Amino acid sequence: MITLSAYVIVAIVLFGIGTIGVLISRNLIILFMSVELMLNAANLTLIAFSRAMNVLDGHVFVFLVLTIAAAEAAVGLAMVITLFRNRETINIDRYDLLKW
Amino acid sequence: MDITSATIDLSIIYPELALLVASFVIFVMPFFRGPTRFAPFIAFAGLLAAAIFAAGQWGSQQSGFFGMVSCDNFGVAFKHIFILTSAIALFMGYRYLVVKGINRPEYYGLLLIATVGMMVMANSTDLVVIFLGLEVMSVPLYIMAGMARRSLESNEAGIKYFIMGAFASAFLLMGIAFVFGAAGTTDLRRIVADFNFIMSNAQPFMLTGVGLLVVGFGFKIAAVPFHSWVPDVYQGAPTPVTAFFSVGPKAAGFAALLRVFAFGFADVTIMVTVFQMLAILTMTVGNIFALRQNNVKRLLAYSSIAHAGYVLVAVVAGGSEGLAAAVFYLVAYALFNLGGFAVVVLMETRSGCKSDFSELAGLARVHPYLSAILALFMFALAGFPPTVGFFGKFYIFAAAVKAGYIPLAVVGVMNSFLSVYYYLRVVKTSYFDETDKEFAPVKYTPAVVLVLTVTVIGTLGLGLFPQQLVEFSRAALFAFL
Repeated sequence: MITLSAYVIVAIVLFGIGTIGVLISRNLIILFMSVELMLNAANLTLIAFSRAMNVLDGHVFVFLVLTIAAAEAAVGLAMVITLFRNRETINIDRYDLLKW
Repeated sequence: MDITSATIDLSIIYPELALLVASFVIFVMPFFRGPTRFAPFIAFAGLLAAAIFAAGQWGSQQSGFFGMVSCDNFGVAFKHIFILTSAIALFMGYRYLVVKGINRPEYYGLLLIATVGMMVMANSTDLVVIFLGLEVMSVPLYIMAGMARRSLESNEAGIKYFIMGAFASAFLLMGIAFVFGAAGTTDLRRIVADFNFIMSNAQPFMLTGVGLLVVGFGFKIAAVPFHSWVPDVYQGAPTPVTAFFSVGPKAAGFAALLRVFAFGFADVTIMVTVFQMLAILTMTVGNIFALRQNNVKRLLAYSSIAHAGYVLVAVVAGGSEGLAAAVFYLVAYALFNLGGFAVVVLMETRSGCKSDFSELAGLARVHPYLSAILALFMFALAGFPPTVGFFGKFYIFAAAVKAGYIPLAVVGVMNSFLSVYYYLRVVKTSYFDETDKEFAPVKYTPAVVLVLTVTVIGTLGLGLFPQQLVEFSRAALFAFL
């Protein structure tokens, strides 16, 4: 039997990896994946709590979050493609026209 | 819950539906050759219909969709703010987009969808629906920031906004997950009802969740230290979009923040300290960085950060007076900030204008009226009487003093004195700076003139007779606390 706290700890670790990834990665695609990892950490938390409390709300919420993540990914990847066409790089350190 | 017997009352989301219908019509247009030029008119018709529906909802306290959407005065007041902002952004974009070669009907459609998202955010007491509204608002805004596909600055603004926005959403979502874990529900009303029970049983989860929510909302309202994306995005995005960013999402963020923290988690005592720190940091950092900007859009970006700080002071003050001051200031800020941006939009419709400070030189000689209007908005932003900016700040600081946060009010007042320097620098440049270059005349268009008229009348009229707006703000809080 895997306890609730185990799931929550895994989710927190995933969230932490995602956060660190966003903060230190210089590659847009990896950055993007890190954000998705953070969203999925939140999904895992929701499902774990939902299962532990025997309510369905969390499960339904996860479906909404998945949809939103898909919409975000569509927009984000389109932007990455536009940027790559114009600048021929996906290293975010090179996007320095506007001072970060 | 028996689904069949529960009737879903669509009338409480009529304003949102009106905007959605209009935006869908606009999105279908590009498939046909001719009608795309009608897009702005359809968008305006949608906004008008939404405004009429929203006005009809004023005073009715209902909730529907199993308590997930609530339609109280607070939400309806914010609906009006969003509709106004959206209409002004629409008028500003009308010629600007043509001049910049990005006149696509999608601008108007996305504008309406973003407005729907904001309305949903402001009209819910359920964390899930607030999150959905936030995403419905954010995703179109990412596209709008990067809308000028050939402009490298716009691309960069879009991707930066996207990354920071998605990052913030993840924090917000994690926060909601933890609150859900602690409370077993995402409905703020049920959380309020069981608050003591939740705190005694699952305090660590609750506090973690609330902390993550603060980070998520902090990004959306651009509070320091979560503000790093603001100047870049504001500078790079097309100017009408920037104008929309600086008011709409910020007001929506504050609406949701008030719902969550002034209503839902009002009893988490540590929040007052946290918001106090945020307010002081936001005001001070925003103003200090604004001092040395040489681009008008970037200056307005830092100034918008500082203004978020003033509103946070009102949030800290709390109570009916503090929250009324927050609503008042958001309306006032919408008027004079959009007005300021309208002048920048006019300047930028000339070729090659990047809205650097040096390009303002000589404005007063060629366009005495326009530079007087610009000066009026700068005075309003700085908080001079008789503009509405003065009364708004006065109301906020008075509420803070009355609630006993005297040091906070003192920091706020000192900050508004500091801000006078850079606002007056804009005025000084347009009136007194000499330039060798010929000042290319600005071409007025009816749409922008209308925007300027509305914002000037609002800024001066509400400054002289603020009573109406004070009553509106107080009524907005009816049955909210």
